[in-house]
Amino acid sequence: MEGVLNQLPIGLSIGAVLLLIALGLTFTFGQMGVVNMAHGEFIMAGAYTAYLLQGVGFLIALPAAFVVAGLMGLVLERTLIRRFYGRPLDTLLLTWGVSLMLQQLARDLFGAPNVQVASPAWLRGGVGILPYNRLFIMALAAASVLAIWAYMNRTGQGRRMRAVMQNRRLAATSGIDTGRVDQRTFFIGSGLAGVAGVALTLIGPVGPTLGTYYIVDAFLVVVAGGLGQLRGAVLAAAGLGLLNSYAEFWSDASLAKVVVFVAIIGFLQVRPQGLFFVRSRALT
Amino acid sequence: MRNSLWRTGAVFTLAAVTLAACAGQSSTNDTGASSGGSDTIKVGILHSLSGTMAISEVTVRDAELLAIDEINAAGGVLGKKLEPVVEDGASDWPTFAEKATKLIAQDKVATVFGGWTSASRKAMLPVFEKRKALLWYPVQYEGLESSPYIFYTGATTNQQIVPGLDYLKEKGKKRLFLVGSDYVFPRTANKIIKAYAAANGMEILGEEYTPLGHTEYSTLVNKIVEAKPDAVFNTLNGDSNVAFFKQLKSTGISADQMPVMSVSVAEEEVRGIGVDNVAGHLVAWNYYQTTDTPANQKFVAAFKAKYGADKVTSDPMEAGYNAVYLWAEAVKKAGTTDVEAVKKAAGGVSLDRPEGKVTIDGDNQHVYKTARIGVVQPDGQIKEVWNSGEPIKPDPYLKTYSWAGGLV
Repeated sequence: MEGVLNQLPIGLSIGAVLLLIALGLTFTFGQMGVVNMAHGEFIMAGAYTAYLLQGVGFLIALPAAFVVAGLMGLVLERTLIRRFYGRPLDTLLLTWGVSLMLQQLARDLFGAPNVQVASPAWLRGGVGILPYNRLFIMALAAASVLAIWAYMNRTGQGRRMRAVMQNRRLAATSGIDTGRVDQRTFFIGSGLAGVAGVALTLIGPVGPTLGTYYIVDAFLVVVAGGLGQLRGAVLAAAGLGLLNSYAEFWSDASLAKVVVFVAIIGFLQVRPQGLFFVRSRALT
Repeated sequence: MRNSLWRTGAVFTLAAVTLAACAGQSSTNDTGASSGGSDTIKVGILHSLSGTMAISEVTVRDAELLAIDEINAAGGVLGKKLEPVVEDGASDWPTFAEKATKLIAQDKVATVFGGWTSASRKAMLPVFEKRKALLWYPVQYEGLESSPYIFYTGATTNQQIVPGLDYLKEKGKKRLFLVGSDYVFPRTANKIIKAYAAANGMEILGEEYTPLGHTEYSTLVNKIVEAKPDAVFNTLNGDSNVAFFKQLKSTGISADQMPVMSVSVAEEEVRGIGVDNVAGHLVAWNYYQTTDTPANQKFVAAFKAKYGADKVTSDPMEAGYNAVYLWAEAVKKAGTTDVEAVKKAAGGVSLDRPEGKVTIDGDNQHVYKTARIGVVQPDGQIKEVWNSGEPIKPDPYLKTYSWAGGLV
């Protein structure tokens, strides 16, 4: 019985991990429609930033990883993705190629084996079944959601971003530099992946293929939650986390994956646009 | 103009990234002997240098190249230098079969050293059998195989898993929980473990599999906490071990309360997992970097000299290193690199290697190996706490174990 109850916080903590890896993607995929297969490698870049900054301080790695991954995203957007707007299939292949290159680059820079990132001492220990590092990830996910919400709704930049995403041409006519907004959106989305990467060093492996373990789950959350919908992502992550937790508890890890996929396919039959979506008269 | 500048920039960035990516690979190809000419013997090395298995297989390639260097420095084989031809299996099983064909048909190598996962070995097996070429496979595996064209220099089950169980039984750990990755090795290993447990009065409280590359272990750890086993037998492979041990450790269960016996965690993996997370837990292998033999002191020193003082050596690396020496010894005995002659000569070849005395069993082409149980130390090294005393005769089909009757 205790095990069943334990699965509730475990499910929520799995949801927090899912949310953290998907948050950046709600920007780049959800808002801009870019299928960025290299998103996982930005997570990896964040994790390696934490590795390089060991000793300097775990909390300092968070903003540092945001900047590192954000800049990588910015370069990718400016040099390549910008040329492929409106061509999702080409973008998919392109970014997949970039992701393979980044993996090999990491292998050459840091070696093929996993590297060790020690958890800071203040994250050792726990409450009940939930260790402090899981609680930290939940708090970090909540803080990120709050920060994004405030940015989107309380700042001029955020409002311009939403305007461009809802109607690009009208926004351009109103004098918004849409190219700049795209850059900024991609920077923030990629930067958030870096933050997720730092958090993942607490619970998972840190190696060149790290990103590939999380990329599919990140897309699942965004699609199920509704493109570009922050509250959709939060609810979808929590729901998928709980579903995963109980499905695995009553069966096993492989079957739980199947259950989650079937549930998402079924859900998308009923609501193809996800949990939430913006009603619009545009044809797209 | 501005647009074309950007395009040039993009092309250069791409080119730079590609070059950087290739740099690590190409440099490996020219390690070792001088190129070309009929005064060399070509040997193939086929491991995953990219993809998810590169993490482990790159280190085995390094050990095999070291052995080739050492043999060349000592004058080569039959008066000829060895020339390694390195190929990348890319963690993709069909690629292994394809590259094996290329090495045999195009490069005409005398033998191939390669593979790690059982899936890659199973993919290469028909290629070597059809073309009557030799493969030396350096990793512990699930047994139940004995191809006439493969030599197995890693442990089979009776040299690793069975001794691991013997040790747990001796320590009074009677209630076990089985955790493994979802593929052929862990599932076969667990079948053997369950048969052993049934015959030895041990109880299996749970048997759980996770997909390769799985990183979310909180639910599994919760199940283990609820089942309260005396010990966990862990056949997880690859990166999953990192996530499993990190998440097990953070629930506060110590290795004293509930040790985990792992068969795919060696020195290299310990570093990736983080020593804090795995210290005190048990591993079963045939070799550790700390194994006290003269040959091992030489091996460790040579490996560090060639690849860097911070490198560690591990069981599969040592088995790959041995494979090259065992093949060279068989060739010397046969007086030719002809496959059938080498196979015939190989039986009974015996060498003092870093793990101690190893002897090729001519019947099943496996190797007599000493089993060793170790405990992970706080410095990342593994301390041996038990060994089998003498090399164990390989028995891939467990024919000599009465409890294993229903398995084959």
